[in-house]
Amino acid sequence: MKEQIRDLLSKHGTLPVAVSDIADDADLYAAGLSSFASVQLMLGLEEAFDIEFPDHLLNRKSFSSIQAIEDTLKVILEEEAA
Amino acid sequence: MDMQVSYLDRLFDAGILMDMGVDGLYARSGLFEDVVSGIEAMVSRVGRADGAETMRFPPGMYMKHFEKSGYMGNFPQLAGTIHSFCGCEADHMSLIQCLQAGEDWTKDQKATDLAYTPAACYPLYPIVAARGELPVEGGVYDIESYCFRHEPSKDPARQQLFRQREFVWMGKAENVQGFRQKWMDRAQAIMTELQLPHEIEVANDPFFGRAGRMMKNTQREQTLKFELVIPITSTSNPTACCSFNYHTDKFGQTFGLKTADGEVAHTGCVGFGLERITLALFHHHGLDAKLWPEGVRKALWG
Repeated sequence: MKEQIRDLLSKHGTLPVAVSDIADDADLYAAGLSSFASVQLMLGLEEAFDIEFPDHLLNRKSFSSIQAIEDTLKVILEEEAA
Repeated sequence: MDMQVSYLDRLFDAGILMDMGVDGLYARSGLFEDVVSGIEAMVSRVGRADGAETMRFPPGMYMKHFEKSGYMGNFPQLAGTIHSFCGCEADHMSLIQCLQAGEDWTKDQKATDLAYTPAACYPLYPIVAARGELPVEGGVYDIESYCFRHEPSKDPARQQLFRQREFVWMGKAENVQGFRQKWMDRAQAIMTELQLPHEIEVANDPFFGRAGRMMKNTQREQTLKFELVIPITSTSNPTACCSFNYHTDKFGQTFGLKTADGEVAHTGCVGFGLERITLALFHHHGLDAKLWPEGVRKALWG
């Protein structure tokens, strides 16, 4: 899942550094992720994983690191499976 | 809604606002404008100490600057662009025929180089950026413009064409945030002087769609926007009469604003909704301004 997240981050994140240089727990906003890019990333994740982010997870924290994104996706997939 | 309609009707009946046929578009009486002038003078007195450069804008801005601002990405539902007839004589004939037949004659109108100004500070950034780097102490600007937002409503406090008076700051992040706090205190002092009940709240802009939902949450989490709210047509949902915004380096990046040492400038602004504050005064103190509390009259008109 992390690889897929990294691919999407690379495509939508418009980061000034290579995604491969970013650790799983590194702060993506500190790495240069803008609000607009995080919205693009969110839409990209929804398409790739065929999910819909619920309102309560549409926040800055959900996209703060690669690990946080994976955790958020797992919550959504579990909620949708339930 | 009833309260909104009845306040609008009372304003019409008193001749303070005049119906122009469309919700959210009203003529203002001399008395209404006297109140607006009084508020402008109060804001000027308070802001004078900052040595701001004054600019006044027409209600339109250059389309290229409007496009660059990113407004269509965030608020496409509120934007207004100006279109005009650019055809030949044959096109004119078909336009006239459409008009006479009561058909849609606007479909062949072409976009001009102008968009309506969506917020008073938008035309300012390209002007300042074109001058080169900001002064060492940063820039402070006293601006005002009629603004357009496409949101027809019976609520007189939600007009489609209205005036924003703003103070805008550009420079280093810490200075911009300091200015915002200073103006939050100043705006509250003005409302206290005008004897208007008010509160400051964390707020968000009306970003469009689901992506906008995330922008709203992000804006709130970062407390980038505060509003001073006053109950006008609803006590449960009071009206934002001032807003205090920290744009981070968004406009600095977008328009190439640089500090004296070459860094991307941060910007912020305080906006006073002149019609909304005026409507708050009429709502709280009555439609006959001669009967307003002496302190309020003195604050407005000396």
